[in-house]
Amino acid sequence: MNDIIVENLNLWYDKFHALENVSMKINDKKITAIIGPSGCGKSTLLRVFNRMNDLIETVRMEGKIIIDDENILSPETDLVALRKKVGMVFQRPNPFPLSVYKNITFGLEIHGINSEDSFDNIVENSLKSVLLWDDLKDKLKKSALELSLEQQQRLCIARLVAVKPEILLMDEPCSALDPVSTARIEELMIELKKNYSIVIVTHNMQQAARVSDFTAFMYLGELIEYNDTNNIFTRPEKKQTEDYLTGRYG
Amino acid sequence: MKKRFNPKTSQKIAFTILLLSALVTIIPVVVIIIVVIKNGISAISWEFLTSMPKNGMRAGGIFPAIVGTFYLTIGATIFSLPLGVLAAIYLSEYAKENRFTRILNLGIVNLAGVPSIVYGLFGLSLFVIYMKLGVSILSGCLTLAIMELPSIITATKTALNSVPKQFREVSLSLGATKWQTIRYAVLPYALPGIITGTVLSNARKTGETAPILFTVAAFYLPRLPSSVFDQTMALPYHLYVISTQIPGIEKNITYGTALVLIIFTLSLNLVGIIIRTRLRKQKKW
Repeated sequence: MNDIIVENLNLWYDKFHALENVSMKINDKKITAIIGPSGCGKSTLLRVFNRMNDLIETVRMEGKIIIDDENILSPETDLVALRKKVGMVFQRPNPFPLSVYKNITFGLEIHGINSEDSFDNIVENSLKSVLLWDDLKDKLKKSALELSLEQQQRLCIARLVAVKPEILLMDEPCSALDPVSTARIEELMIELKKNYSIVIVTHNMQQAARVSDFTAFMYLGELIEYNDTNNIFTRPEKKQTEDYLTGRYG
Repeated sequence: MKKRFNPKTSQKIAFTILLLSALVTIIPVVVIIIVVIKNGISAISWEFLTSMPKNGMRAGGIFPAIVGTFYLTIGATIFSLPLGVLAAIYLSEYAKENRFTRILNLGIVNLAGVPSIVYGLFGLSLFVIYMKLGVSILSGCLTLAIMELPSIITATKTALNSVPKQFREVSLSLGATKWQTIRYAVLPYALPGIITGTVLSNARKTGETAPILFTVAAFYLPRLPSSVFDQTMALPYHLYVISTQIPGIEKNITYGTALVLIIFTLSLNLVGIIIRTRLRKQKKW
């Protein structure tokens, strides 16, 4: 079970209290959207799940986050194993300036291959899982930078899928894409949730409504409301949530 | 109303001054090359390049000086490149911003400002005398290596910093360790910059006389060095010797030697540029 259980999470950047007492349970094989105005802490929360915030020297965290019965905030956490299990897709498509093939095998070379699968098979399966195989099967040697932005973002997801994660974190994965590409990435996300738990941060409320099963609304570092996406969008319990959803701020 | 220039006229004046300044800076280079070629080209022959000096260096060739300079350039790089690159990786990727790092960085900056004659004396006292390496190619290479460390470290740091931050982020987010990230997601993309920096500092070092003066250079040694513990002639020092110490030497021999030194330096630069363009083509972002 790849739930993420967050208990009383507090996070500071130096003296700035960026996350205040956040508790929530993110469900396995579902898409959970985190929405809220800029600076509300949604990206920070996402980056706690794979401890990418650790790159910022002044960061300090308290509380618990349980994934697979382990508190990933404990100092003994094996970050390599955690990040292998909890992969991340970034805001801007960021393939390496290498061939399509080499981009996908990057993670495999780092972790060493521990199955009987050959690189070729893994590349094929990863590209199939992001529906790129038919487009790219004859262009594996082509530089990833020559692909369209949508294809690049798919490739980044394929690169992630190749290291066999269990949870996918997506940090505004469509913000650099046009509406048509966005719609196609959203279809892909729904396809992917059969195998992965997905947490997506988005600015785009419609996107949250379209793809997610659960939605969390954050404001000024606090988790204001967290519920079934349907409930959040049709019957928000808190006034702040309603104000945000109806466009009164944000 | 205050009288002022027509903006179009002042723009023309400004552009002219800027253009002239740019031209003035390249005039010395052009003049040097023309003068050296004009006076020296008549000395250049296969024999001049491949034979030993004769008749108190007034005749014959400069082969041992060419070979010596080649050895010194390669030898110094063997020491300075790995050391400089590793130090730069530590400083820019691992070191935390603290007093110790600031002192290290300050030291490197100052190392770059030390006059080359001081490096020569330092090499003499440390390598030649204290470490008993003698006046030898090894001592000369080590002295030159220390001298070019700051430029290699600076070039490497700049190259590492110019690798997009997202490469590091992606690599770490895929579960790579910090070292794997540096090794696979940063260094390959910094390589063109590192190589360019190294070759350019090589080119500068090739022409240095002071650091090799006491540590390796032979006044007159009409044979090739037999080991790294042997002395050797070198182009810059040989040029100095024949220009100042040998009365009645043909002018074209001096200029011919200068021409060879210039060509040596320029071809090193060229090699660096070719390698860089090759690597840039593969790795573009």
